[in-house]
Amino acid sequence: MKSASQIGKTLAALACVVLLACSGRVSAQGLTLDIVNGVPTAIPIAVVPFSFEGTGLPPSTDVSDVIRMDLNRSGQFRALAKQDVVEFPHRGGEVKFATWNLLKQDYLLIGRQKPAADGAISVEFELFDVPKQKSMLAFAVSGQPADLRAVAHQIADLVYEKITGVRGAFWTRIAYVTAVGQGKSTQYSLVVADSDGYNPQVVVRSHETLMSPAWSPDGSRLAYVSFESGNSAIYVQNLSTGSRELVSARKGINGAPAWSPDGTKLALMLSDVGNPEIFVMDVASRALSRRTNNYSIDTEPQWMPDGQNLVFTSDRSGKPQLYEVAATGGTPKRLTFQGEYNSNASVGYLGKRIAMVQGNGNVYRIAIMDQGLGGQIRMISPGNMDESPSFAPNAGMLLYAASEGARGVLYAVSADGRVRQRLLLSDGDVREPAWGPYRPR
Amino acid sequence: MNKIVKLVLIGAVCAGMAACAKKQEVKPVVQPEPETTTAPVETGPAAFTPADLETNTCLRQRVVYFDFNMTEIRPEFQEQIACHAKYLRDRPDSRMLLDGNADERGSREYNLGLGERRAKAVAAALEAAGAAASQITVVSHGEEQPVCREHNEACWQKNRRAEISYTVK
Repeated sequence: MKSASQIGKTLAALACVVLLACSGRVSAQGLTLDIVNGVPTAIPIAVVPFSFEGTGLPPSTDVSDVIRMDLNRSGQFRALAKQDVVEFPHRGGEVKFATWNLLKQDYLLIGRQKPAADGAISVEFELFDVPKQKSMLAFAVSGQPADLRAVAHQIADLVYEKITGVRGAFWTRIAYVTAVGQGKSTQYSLVVADSDGYNPQVVVRSHETLMSPAWSPDGSRLAYVSFESGNSAIYVQNLSTGSRELVSARKGINGAPAWSPDGTKLALMLSDVGNPEIFVMDVASRALSRRTNNYSIDTEPQWMPDGQNLVFTSDRSGKPQLYEVAATGGTPKRLTFQGEYNSNASVGYLGKRIAMVQGNGNVYRIAIMDQGLGGQIRMISPGNMDESPSFAPNAGMLLYAASEGARGVLYAVSADGRVRQRLLLSDGDVREPAWGPYRPR
Repeated sequence: MNKIVKLVLIGAVCAGMAACAKKQEVKPVVQPEPETTTAPVETGPAAFTPADLETNTCLRQRVVYFDFNMTEIRPEFQEQIACHAKYLRDRPDSRMLLDGNADERGSREYNLGLGERRAKAVAAALEAAGAAASQITVVSHGEEQPVCREHNEACWQKNRRAEISYTVK
């Protein structure tokens, strides 16, 4: 366990060195891995550093390091620390299974990198079942040297899926909001980055509040709330072209956008009818249909994966709790009864897991309600000011925002809460993570 | 700025129409009678003027604080509500922005709703005291504009607030 955090520190140090060398300025980007309780069920896997079989310098990205970190932070795997890797096979014929058996490794991943056409690098890898002494998966993924982190994430996804049977979600993107500075001089940015926090790209900057980023299901657009007009308004921005459209700027609040699974509708909260209510907007025509009708605050709609139901927050019973209503409207059904305050749902795992902010007294933590376990709720973050849970598309991990002193930081946590990684993304206050969808492969 | 531009434009259009009417001399321009009946009857002291916003100790109070998760206006803010309501009554052309805010606890979008609820509670109290609904615009910033950033009740209390500002004095 200790060795894993050492890797994290080493990686963070390496990342700093690389960034300093490249840009000549200090960046706070980095990673720390926090094993909370130890994971007895985590699968041991050895990832051997990949060779470079070309002329000149090897690429600056160490593909095997990225894969090792990905597998570790999922909580599903316990990758052998790099310094404990004692042999360096790069081809199937070089593997001595006895060595990896002795090291109690269930799986072994080896690989090699070769120059390919047009300056690309082809990364060939092979996964072995150590006890069975069998090859499980052999494949090649190629990319430009600058895209090797993406290549590594795709390999990690394939390894994860081959062993667990669940599609990996490392090669995905996340969105979040940063606020730098204080008061009127605060600079807000909506940022998109890789799932591990690398490669941050600013999507939009503003001197007014930006909030509530929401990914379209195909990953091409972000809906978000901006206060640039003085009041909240909802925009949809195309990530490849940068073009954006104002989709709602009504009197009162325009908030909490959420895309339907088919990408044709946005659920949102509008208060121009007098108090916050849930509406569904047809994105093409902008036609609005009201879905709740109650004097309380109804907000934070999220779609169930079948597109037939919405989960939302309402304080109609006093304090905020989660409710579910048909996407066509109707009588809402209360979902949460445990905890004084439950809000801000994130729906994962075919709708069977719902993450939320749960408040008890002055402590706000991320909780997951497991429908498969009879609605049982378990806490997966320590508090005290945790918020904005967002499931990875495979629901094996989630992101949330926490407070450290006066600044916000993001954590990635395994769905069992046992492995937690802090993403150190930038200076200033980082908040409102939104985990994007799978990318087409 | 927009309002000023609009007012100037309206003024220009009126002036133009008046000029046309004069040139054609079709009919005499009817001077509107001075308005005397539209303002509510004043029972208290003299009508407020914009200068009072800087000098009057009550009008200078522009923040109403709320209890946790509550939107009721506490008794100590009744006087503040009353004097701002009188200002709005005295000056029917004045316009007020009420900005509702919440502390950091709980989710951000829910807190947008909570901030609006607080600003609307102040708006309702002002209207009950004679201000016109058309004079008041409500906006909520939820927990996004804290005046204090520590994680304790003293700080949270400062952030649970509705802020009064005049967009037209």
